[in-house]
Amino acid sequence: MNFRSIRAIYIFEMSRFFRTLLQSFVSPVISTCLYFVVFGAAIGGRIDAVDGVSYGAFIVPGLIMLSVMTQAVSNASFGIYFPKFIGTIYEVLSAPVNFLEIVIGYVGAAASKALFIGLVILATSLFFVDIEIIHPFILIFLLVVTCISFSLLGFILGIWANNFEQLQLVPLLIITPLVFLGGSFYSISMLPKFWQVVSLFNPVVYLISGFRWAFYNNSDVSIAASLFAITIFTVFCIFIIFLIFKTGWRLRP
Amino acid sequence: MTNMLSITGLSKRYNDGQVALENVSFDVNEGEILALLGPNGAGKTTLISAVCGLVVPTAGQVTVGGFDTRSNYRLARSLIGLVPQEIALEPFEKVINTVRFSRGLFGKSPNDDQIEIVLRQLSLWDKKDSKILQLSGGMKRRVLIAKALAHEPRVLFLDEPSAGVDVELRRDMWKLVSDLKSQGVTIILTTHYIEEAEAIADRVGVISKGKLILLEEKKALMKRMGRKKVEISLQSPIAVIPVKLQNFDLYLSNDGLTINYLYDAKASSNEITKLLNEISISNLQISDLKTSQSSLEEIFVSLIEEPSK
Repeated sequence: MNFRSIRAIYIFEMSRFFRTLLQSFVSPVISTCLYFVVFGAAIGGRIDAVDGVSYGAFIVPGLIMLSVMTQAVSNASFGIYFPKFIGTIYEVLSAPVNFLEIVIGYVGAAASKALFIGLVILATSLFFVDIEIIHPFILIFLLVVTCISFSLLGFILGIWANNFEQLQLVPLLIITPLVFLGGSFYSISMLPKFWQVVSLFNPVVYLISGFRWAFYNNSDVSIAASLFAITIFTVFCIFIIFLIFKTGWRLRP
Repeated sequence: MTNMLSITGLSKRYNDGQVALENVSFDVNEGEILALLGPNGAGKTTLISAVCGLVVPTAGQVTVGGFDTRSNYRLARSLIGLVPQEIALEPFEKVINTVRFSRGLFGKSPNDDQIEIVLRQLSLWDKKDSKILQLSGGMKRRVLIAKALAHEPRVLFLDEPSAGVDVELRRDMWKLVSDLKSQGVTIILTTHYIEEAEAIADRVGVISKGKLILLEEKKALMKRMGRKKVEISLQSPIAVIPVKLQNFDLYLSNDGLTINYLYDAKASSNEITKLLNEISISNLQISDLKTSQSSLEEIFVSLIEEPSK
């Protein structure tokens, strides 16, 4: 394993994040505050506690997941698409590195950024609601693995995309709806039976449910199912990236 | 001499059916400068890309420093520095950071002393904290070279290094190439500028339609294919070339004041002596004599026009 190369890619990618630290930091804080004002105070006050958790506190895991997933996808897809777009990808492709090292560098950086934002949102929410974390290790595990897996997905999208429109298309049309319909703001059990079954085909449900379980010991699906789903998803993404590098698809003609 | 780059039967056919390279084979020795000439779309960049790992060849084998570029790509690629044709740089990053990135990416330990040497060599040290987008086009090209040299490569590929650069930078680059050669670095450059190949290359290769149609020592090539011309200026004009001189390949200028004689540089010098004798016998008074040799450019054009010859 060529750790120097991984380090070089990671540091270079993170420097983009640090250049825009204020935006990276302020933007999630403001959006989280808005969610709490709208859903927590304005609407949440009229909603009963969900499974014994106040609505304001109930939406915290979903809010964190919502931001983490969308940030991971957009950071990772942009991180690899931008070098492709401006042509600097030549250097990475001609370097003495294998696919795993490239992925660890780029995806590691994107996942770190998403993790940072997740933690910022968690910290911000502490100002609005009382939060208890019953299973902290599972929480950390799920948060980190979600950052990694969605960064892997973003990495695939960045390689696939041929223009900026395509880069925005998948997060906008697929990721955001899946996250919103994945129980970020409600428990699946609140839905009619039919939609509960439909929701089980949404992979994001398993992540948000597992994450909420780590906070409040409440979940829509079992924690085992959540852990299984995220593992399968991560392995699947790694396999796809392996195939991309093996065939050179969209990278090496 | 040690063989540094060896290309055997390299071919590349793109998915759209376009054949960019066809069975190209050649070797380059350590410390040698090879210039690859060829028109646009001849396959020069594809050749470099196939060696550097940017393009997957359809067939053939490439070794760099004895390491196969596919089965032993880590060792092979760590020896290679690549300066691409297009300026591709992260616009918002500082010069020094982009160069540090290149060094790290190629697995070298951080070494700011080495980075300083490279940046000074390319007159970039003053600009080390400037963002790439603040640099002029010429400076950006210097940064590309600095990035390629950051990991101290043994083989340097320069893809059209003089495209769009001013005379000063071109001269600086030639000097740099010469310095690198003295350090034993092998250099392969592609160029449109024949002047460049003529100035710095040891050997010249010509690629046309994906085929390497010629590879020869520059001096030998110019000697073999270069034509010499003698311009004989006369004191008074003549209407036709005298009969005695018609055995020679001569042509008369429109004003009748200059006789031009074209001959192969490799031909014996006796011919010129004979010609001058015959001119003297023909009572023609010579006012001036001028000789010139055809440039690599003329040789190149003649090769491209008639690649079969």
